[in-house]
Amino acid sequence: MTADPFRITLRRRYRSERIFFLTLRLAVLLIGLVMLAIFGYIFANGYRAISWEFLTTPPSDSMTKGGIMPAIVGTFYLTVGAVAFALPIGVACAVYLTEYARQGTFVRLLRIGINCLAGVPSVVFGLFGLGFFVVFLKFGSSILSGALTLGALILPTIITAAEEAIKAVPQTFREASLALGVSKWRTVSRIVLPTALPGILTGSILGIGRAAGETAPIMFTAAAFFTARLPSSIFDEVMALPYHVYVLATAGTAIEETRPLQYGTVLVLAALVAGINLFAVLIRGYMRRGKRW
Amino acid sequence: MENTLIITVENCNFYYGTYRALTDVTMGFERNRVTALIGPSGCGKSTLLRLLNRMNDLIDNTRVEGRIFFEGTDIYGKEVDPVEIRRRIGMVFQKPNPFPKSIYNNITYGPRLMGVKKKSDLEALVEESLKQAVLWDEVKDILGRSAMTLSGGQQQRLCIARALAMKPDVLLMDEPTSALDPISTAKIEELIEALKKELTIIIVTHNMQQAARISDRTGFFYLGRLIEYDDTAKIFTNPQVKQTEDYITGRFG
Ligand SMILES: Nc1ncnc2c1ncn2[C@@H]1O[C@H](COP(=O)(O)OP(=O)(O)O)[C@@H](O)[C@H]1O
Ligand SMILES: [Mg+2]
Repeated sequence: MTADPFRITLRRRYRSERIFFLTLRLAVLLIGLVMLAIFGYIFANGYRAISWEFLTTPPSDSMTKGGIMPAIVGTFYLTVGAVAFALPIGVACAVYLTEYARQGTFVRLLRIGINCLAGVPSVVFGLFGLGFFVVFLKFGSSILSGALTLGALILPTIITAAEEAIKAVPQTFREASLALGVSKWRTVSRIVLPTALPGILTGSILGIGRAAGETAPIMFTAAAFFTARLPSSIFDEVMALPYHVYVLATAGTAIEETRPLQYGTVLVLAALVAGINLFAVLIRGYMRRGKRW
Repeated sequence: MENTLIITVENCNFYYGTYRALTDVTMGFERNRVTALIGPSGCGKSTLLRLLNRMNDLIDNTRVEGRIFFEGTDIYGKEVDPVEIRRRIGMVFQKPNPFPKSIYNNITYGPRLMGVKKKSDLEALVEESLKQAVLWDEVKDILGRSAMTLSGGQQQRLCIARALAMKPDVLLMDEPTSALDPISTAKIEELIEALKKELTIIIVTHNMQQAARISDRTGFFYLGRLIEYDDTAKIFTNPQVKQTEDYITGRFG
């Protein structure tokens, strides 16, 4: 049989394709392994610390024993507060940018600014929060200051996600509504936003995880080193999970002895973030029913 | 003569940026008649249709010259609210575009925002509109189901019902059957015939048989100009302009 040049090139192409896919598979595998390693490590080191008592009591004996209940509650308040602040403002901002603003230089600059903000280190937000919310607005170190600072931190994420989701709403839906003699504002609020909401939530989930996990922004604005009592108003300081880990791991007198507590706290934080995400995913699924187009 | 015309277009030019899509169009649309706009694609039929209910306002960087009167009001006048114009001049698009809501809510969406609140009123409106759109029998038991589950032809009739629920005086239809099968097309042609007792219909169509079947008046457009405008029977049997004759006999386009 004579050499068939077509065959040869074909075979060569298959080979390069196989190598390409193999590389991709390896990359995915690697990421999977790293994730598994991190969670496995945290779980293996932390699960022994977890008990009902750990979850429901405050720390005791100079934070070398006891639980982390105030930190769980604090992180929960801070995260919910941050989202409650950033979601409406972020969505309003995205609506303005996509539906109302004349697309031009100004809007382009604004977008660049928002993207820059998303890349600013979180400690910068922490200092901003300290200067603006804590000192200037006299909110003090409090849930309010911390939630606002975290809100500012996740605002760019939410704006970008909301913009994407709003842009993904088919233009034909807007046309259909406007052609019925419905005003632009009502078209946006009754058709565009409800349609975009699942997408907006998807993007916001990233923000939620970030807000729950950040330490630097709350260090100066909300987090207490230790407080056994639960907050009674938004002007109270709170403990927070990430800051608690930081404190136990760096500032205590018994850093080594409290390792199990540290891992336990990290495990709870990871579970909390996963739980909030799961909740958001469930709402999104619920809202998407019958809304495929 | 005057009051038989519900819409009159006078010396209209329309520009997308610097591109002139319509040149010196002058024509009147008769009340309770079906007027068909035909012509090769890109000749400006949709542009004219969207001028009549100010949908072109939504496109940036466009310009209208000339005047368009609807019931004697210049619809591009300063004091005119385009939202009100669009309520009175409804529109059905080429591709069915129901909302991702239930069949019932698709129809009540507009009327609710207009202030219709009573459940019995809304239900009556839904039934009436769906009957007008020849869809009632097919969907009366599944009004709560998502409109997205309907077939293309049903979706288009739902869009017609949705437009009719606003009680418009004029219904603009931009190639409403071009994406549909023959049976759905026949149903829509049938409902157009019945509807003209109650309102004025202006329909863009690619399909010359359709124009001949359903319309009373036909306007032929070419390169942004209205070439010939006359009774449909005359346009199709005895066109006065050679370009019209070439087009309807299929010699170009
Ligand atoms: N949004 C737009 N921007 C720029 N040009 C457009 C736009 N819509 C239509 N045109 C142009 O205007 C002309 C007329 O278009 P159209 O009214 O859609 O034609 P028809 O409906 O008769 O096929 C075409 O040349 C088309 O390319
Ligand atoms: Mg067209």
